[in-house]
Amino acid sequence: MGWLDALLGRSKPVKPNLDALFALPSAAVTLQAATGLVPTGLGSVAFRAAEGGAFATLERDVKELLGERVEESRDSYGYTWLLVRREPDALGDLVTELHAVNSSLESAGFGLSLLCSLVSFRSEGDGRRLAVVYLYKRGTFYPFAPLAAQRRDNALELQVRGALEGELPLEKDLGRWFPVWGAPGL
Amino acid sequence: MGTRFASDRGLTTRMVVTMFLLGLLYVVFIGVLIVLGVRALSVLVIAGGLLFVQYFLSDRIALFAMHGREVSPQEAPELHGMIDRLCALADMPKPRVAIADSDVPNAFATGRNQKKAVVCVTTGILRRLEPQELEGVLSHELSHVAHRDVAVMTIASFLGIVAGLMTRFALYAGLGGRRNGNQGGVPVGLIILLVSVIVYAISFLLTRALSRYRELAADRAGALLTQRPSALASALVKITGDMARIPTQDLREAAPFNAFYFAPAAAPGQTLANLFSTHPPLERRLAQLSDISRQLGRG
Repeated sequence: MGWLDALLGRSKPVKPNLDALFALPSAAVTLQAATGLVPTGLGSVAFRAAEGGAFATLERDVKELLGERVEESRDSYGYTWLLVRREPDALGDLVTELHAVNSSLESAGFGLSLLCSLVSFRSEGDGRRLAVVYLYKRGTFYPFAPLAAQRRDNALELQVRGALEGELPLEKDLGRWFPVWGAPGL
Repeated sequence: MGTRFASDRGLTTRMVVTMFLLGLLYVVFIGVLIVLGVRALSVLVIAGGLLFVQYFLSDRIALFAMHGREVSPQEAPELHGMIDRLCALADMPKPRVAIADSDVPNAFATGRNQKKAVVCVTTGILRRLEPQELEGVLSHELSHVAHRDVAVMTIASFLGIVAGLMTRFALYAGLGGRRNGNQGGVPVGLIILLVSVIVYAISFLLTRALSRYRELAADRAGALLTQRPSALASALVKITGDMARIPTQDLREAAPFNAFYFAPAAAPGQTLANLFSTHPPLERRLAQLSDISRQLGRG
């Protein structure tokens, strides 16, 4: 936000950047080579349902479009998650589907509501889990590796950051790697 | 692809006019001081010093005065999670989070820039509000941070501080020393006193008006961020309704910090004209929020 907007007390809504998601499939190959983490075939989109009839209609349309392919759930913070399931090796398919959800929300004027999208990975040997989270408003990705009791596996996260450095636009500000405990698809 | 949110032209215009008038008043006042040839410089230095302290220590002063304590994500996971998500939606850096142990339901944001910002909520507000409502309150406070309201209001109140100091200065020094000066003409001290009083009164009203406009702007931005204007409205109703019933001792203690509050603590003189208050009347705020709600609902 520029100083003029600050002076006038205006907030310009930040436009989401949707296309960066398509870089994920090739990044997944790199990730697997570097860390042994493979996609689980699960991905989800989180957004805030706005109040009012317009959004309710839109939400219904999106669900109709995606049909049985998505599972809806609501978290304790009041965000709605749409979970998409695909075969683990069809990551490109998964990303396209997530993009379809996003673009229908955005084209109806609710791009503001998009919070984040995540695609989950798992290591077959030791069962470590990882989500690559995409922040729409920043256009950046960051890794999130949950452990038991709301702790994070920071070592794995930093390792993944190193592996994906050249592949994806990664979030540089570590203060914005916010945790999404219990997110659907993790 | 646009969004559904139109910015409020009228509000922006009123804010600009208010700021312009404040600036104009400032220039005229300094001009008069210079013409009268008083030791304006020393007054400006004192006022500048005060402003400086207020500006740079705003976060610590407010937290200290309200007994706010910074909390880690482990201590208050829910609150942190809520703010994390709002910051991701708004694309802004996360402020520090503090909790004040007070039963007055309120919240405030302070700090001169986004990096130094602190958002503080009282235990009273945590206890009373539903998560959705609390989120509305937090997004209102985050909008204050994004709009740099601490910086804007501190600078805007500078003139008031100068004029207030000048009034005292003229009372003690100027009037006392008039016998030594020109016997025939109007004493300079008296003119300075009058001018300062007038400037003080006008700047007080303008600063208050500016504060009210900025509250409305923060309400608006907050509602747009969460997309739930009604949750914010219901939080407002709950808080202002609750606050009238709180014993006054606690409230008087809290009164000097009203400017950065979410809803001002109800002071004994509830009948004070709207002109003097830092926050717009509840009806005005609710009307704006229901306008936004209507905009959102339009298909």
